[in-house]
Amino acid sequence: MLDRRVIFLLMLLAVSIPLLTNATVTIQPSPLVQRVFDLVEELPSGSRVILSFDYDPASEAELSPMATAFLRHCALKRHRMILMTLWPTGSLLVERNVTKILQGEFQAAELKSGVDYVNLGFRPGNEVAIKTVATDLKGLFTTDAEGNSTATLPILTDLAGAKDADLILNVSAGFPGGREWIQYATTTHRIPIVVGCTGVQAPQLYPYLPDQLRGILAAIKGAAEYESALGAKYPQYAPASQNAGIRRMGPQLYAHRLMIALIVLGNLGLLFSKRSRRS
Amino acid sequence: MVGTVMLAALFSPKLSPISNLAETWFNILAAVAFLLGGTSLFVHHVRKVNQQEAGWGFSLVTLVAFLLTLLAGLLKWGSPPAEQTPEYAWSGSYQAEGSVLWWLYTYTMQPITASMFALLAFYVASAAFRAFRAKSLEAGILLVTAIIILLDRSGDGTWLTAGLPPAASGLTISSLTVTIMGTFNTAGQRAIIIGIALGVAATSLRILLGLDRSYLGSDD
Repeated sequence: MLDRRVIFLLMLLAVSIPLLTNATVTIQPSPLVQRVFDLVEELPSGSRVILSFDYDPASEAELSPMATAFLRHCALKRHRMILMTLWPTGSLLVERNVTKILQGEFQAAELKSGVDYVNLGFRPGNEVAIKTVATDLKGLFTTDAEGNSTATLPILTDLAGAKDADLILNVSAGFPGGREWIQYATTTHRIPIVVGCTGVQAPQLYPYLPDQLRGILAAIKGAAEYESALGAKYPQYAPASQNAGIRRMGPQLYAHRLMIALIVLGNLGLLFSKRSRRS
Repeated sequence: MVGTVMLAALFSPKLSPISNLAETWFNILAAVAFLLGGTSLFVHHVRKVNQQEAGWGFSLVTLVAFLLTLLAGLLKWGSPPAEQTPEYAWSGSYQAEGSVLWWLYTYTMQPITASMFALLAFYVASAAFRAFRAKSLEAGILLVTAIIILLDRSGDGTWLTAGLPPAASGLTISSLTVTIMGTFNTAGQRAIIIGIALGVAATSLRILLGLDRSYLGSDD
């Protein structure tokens, strides 16, 4: 029997060595992820995209690469971005993405808050909040995260709710998240939605493909595939150093290999113990 | 009554304003629930500390963290001035970079919760070794499925089956993953979703018709 501490040590090495050596993996976008990329790419510039980042710091390592990739892609296409979160601990993550990507990386593009993008912050209410966002966004978010009245923001002119948006990009770590958006907003109002989610959530979302849900990015691999598609189209985003998802695939590869080796080892142990009992 | 209106509004657009009003009330109540939850948490842990119940030290840590975070947010400790009003100190957002709340979030909450989540990798590896064994046919199928998905998610699946001839393209790891997720998983998940939906509809009807009053604290 392998000691638990040995397994912990092996896992530590499997994750830390690729991290320290910057080991990466060559990633090709799967057809599902390519479809998501094309959906964002083919929207005409100036389309209104709602980005709901429904996750917290616990799942940030898994989900922030896809949130960043979505934001970059929307900013490159000059879509009008409406950012929000239904998770109380998610509002600072949205704020950080706005500061880092929209105000930092895209400083030269001079994106204006209230015109090119708006950070609406957090609202409680879970499914009912989603239902309200679908029809009366300004009723729920009377001000944006900076305290400006949403009634006067140019980006929200002629937009009653999410039903008038061209696309919803949801990054989801659980409840409320992708499933609730599909059940309470996008199916009723026929709004195209794409969900980037954690690995454990992905199986629950597959039943909604392809009509109610236009595409899924599942976990780090989904994010890395999206980054790869983005890098292929916009070469400035091709280097792995720009893409957290691709960089994190290295440690994940070795951790998964270790898991498979441990499963095989465990089963070999079972086989041998059965044989020795028989003999 | 609200439940009946919400249900009827699905079929009659004329009832939409009333349904929207109910949604607004709910959203206000959801915000108030944060106050209720905070008060309940505070009272519960104060009682534990007061009576020095088992684990009261953890309650003390919870109370200190709770009050510190609450005060940092309410008093806007260290908030920088807003861009529009640079002459007024603390006029910026309570969670702006540099504020105490931002500091607490970035340097305590974020690393702590991320570390807790990261620990899963160690426990899952240990559990995979100890529990993931083909002791029966069902366990064997689960095992093979898990390995295929793991290979696909790690990226190893691509090169492992890259040499397969075009006629056997359905046997590549990525194709097998698509089949598992899109067919077997979807069929199972849909059965669960439909089952839950029917259960929720039946329970909701019982509540709306007054047959189930357990939510009011009754034993019926």
